[in-house]
Amino acid sequence: MSVLEATPPAVRKTALNAVHRQMGAKMVEFNGWDMPVEYPAAIGCGIINEHLAVRNGVGIFDVSHMGDIRLAGREALAAVQHISMNDASRLAIGQAQYSALLYPQGTFVDDVIVHRLAEDDYLLVINAGTREKDFNCVRDNTRQFDCRVDHLSDDFTQIAIQGPRGVDLLQKLTDADLKLVKFYWVTHGTLCGLKNILMGRTGYTAEDGFEIYIPSDEATSARVWYAILDAGREFGAIPCGLGARNTLRLEGALSLYGHEISDTIDVWEAGLDRFCKMEKPDFIGRDALEKAKVEGVEMKLVGLEMLDRGIARDGYKVLDRSGSEIGYVTSGSPAPFLKKNIALAYVPPAHAAVGTTVNVEIRGQGVSARVVPTPFYKRPKKAAKSESRQAST
Amino acid sequence: MSYPNDRKYTKEHEWITADGSIGITNHAQDSLGDIVFVELPKPGAEITSGKTFGTVESVKAVSDLYAPVSGTVTAANDALATAPEQVNKDPHGVWMIKIQLKDPSELNALLSAADYEKFVSEEAGH
Repeated sequence: MSVLEATPPAVRKTALNAVHRQMGAKMVEFNGWDMPVEYPAAIGCGIINEHLAVRNGVGIFDVSHMGDIRLAGREALAAVQHISMNDASRLAIGQAQYSALLYPQGTFVDDVIVHRLAEDDYLLVINAGTREKDFNCVRDNTRQFDCRVDHLSDDFTQIAIQGPRGVDLLQKLTDADLKLVKFYWVTHGTLCGLKNILMGRTGYTAEDGFEIYIPSDEATSARVWYAILDAGREFGAIPCGLGARNTLRLEGALSLYGHEISDTIDVWEAGLDRFCKMEKPDFIGRDALEKAKVEGVEMKLVGLEMLDRGIARDGYKVLDRSGSEIGYVTSGSPAPFLKKNIALAYVPPAHAAVGTTVNVEIRGQGVSARVVPTPFYKRPKKAAKSESRQAST
Repeated sequence: MSYPNDRKYTKEHEWITADGSIGITNHAQDSLGDIVFVELPKPGAEITSGKTFGTVESVKAVSDLYAPVSGTVTAANDALATAPEQVNKDPHGVWMIKIQLKDPSELNALLSAADYEKFVSEEAGH
């Protein structure tokens, strides 16, 4: 035993913690945060109902555990370009993009959404479990630029309003004209009497929706949370926890840090090529990725659909038809909207082609699964959406 | 929801009636959330007190089922293969397996409804 024992880090709470408990949410520890995993069946919730509310109507999530880093100043663009793999020079003011911070070896510090708020003003929205690491990475690697770096994670309560009716719900509470805001664009407006609130048409559910950033004091956070739920009643809005957030993002095959992406997995393995712009000026991780591209990948991320009875879970082994271990499941779950058991897994390229049959080891038994295209779920196109969604409600 | 007096309970949140029907408690189904998968032994299988006899999965979690007593399976509730959510809806009404008890006196070592309720509330830290 060492003399200096690490103090267990205190579990952190969002400004809405008391609200979740009052609503009867089942709370779990997630990346050091005390978060709602699901709300009670007694109020029409539970992971499956919450998931379906987002696909068919609208669901409300407290995602204040997400962090925020702002880069502002004359050389803010150059700084963002240096630390992230997507091409931020393509962003118009008010536009956002999916990107990632990389280590020099081309693996992931974190995945992020880069928002361009003004001429030389960028906001990075980052993951909860990587807040400090991300901030240190951004600060340490941007010292050579004329640009201020601020860690704003504790300044915001972030609420996600997700689902095809999310835009209708939020429009009731703001003077901003939301129909003018395209997917992955942001706007500012008055929301519930709060001035100049950032609203992004973004999310982590593979659905249309918004994420709003309001002041993080408890009274304001609770007032806005309940105002959103009230305004959403006519659309069947219900509160949603991290359980549904996970099944929704899995249907959309969206990566989760620590699962599909991590400090040992590189961009090519994760299949995030289209968000990595090798042609832009130098960025951290680029040299290693150039080399890795030539060498080729040893593992590839694929989508699996279970063919036989059984649910693949995070960490389960993937076997070939002869029973030899060839890979592992990064995320696996029943898919409540698709009504299938699905998974994301790393397998060698030889087993990665769509249609390949593999086994997933479940409690000592090989259960057959097929490699399928990802995403598993794609939201319907706009015109078709209003019709098909209305028919289903 | 109250716990019926016509049966016994385990600290692993199963219940068993005197005639050998076994299910999981309301507390168990509530903790698990939406149940999506139940794996049960076939008739004729032996189960052993305190050992796992099957699996129940919710969207989020995998849990083992523990045998309250030893015995031989006489029936498994096949309806749960296609409608596992029945367990959420009526946990004390829906049995998972029926067994022939090896030694009915084993029931005496299990918890009464009142004791189980007390155990659950203490476990929850209330």
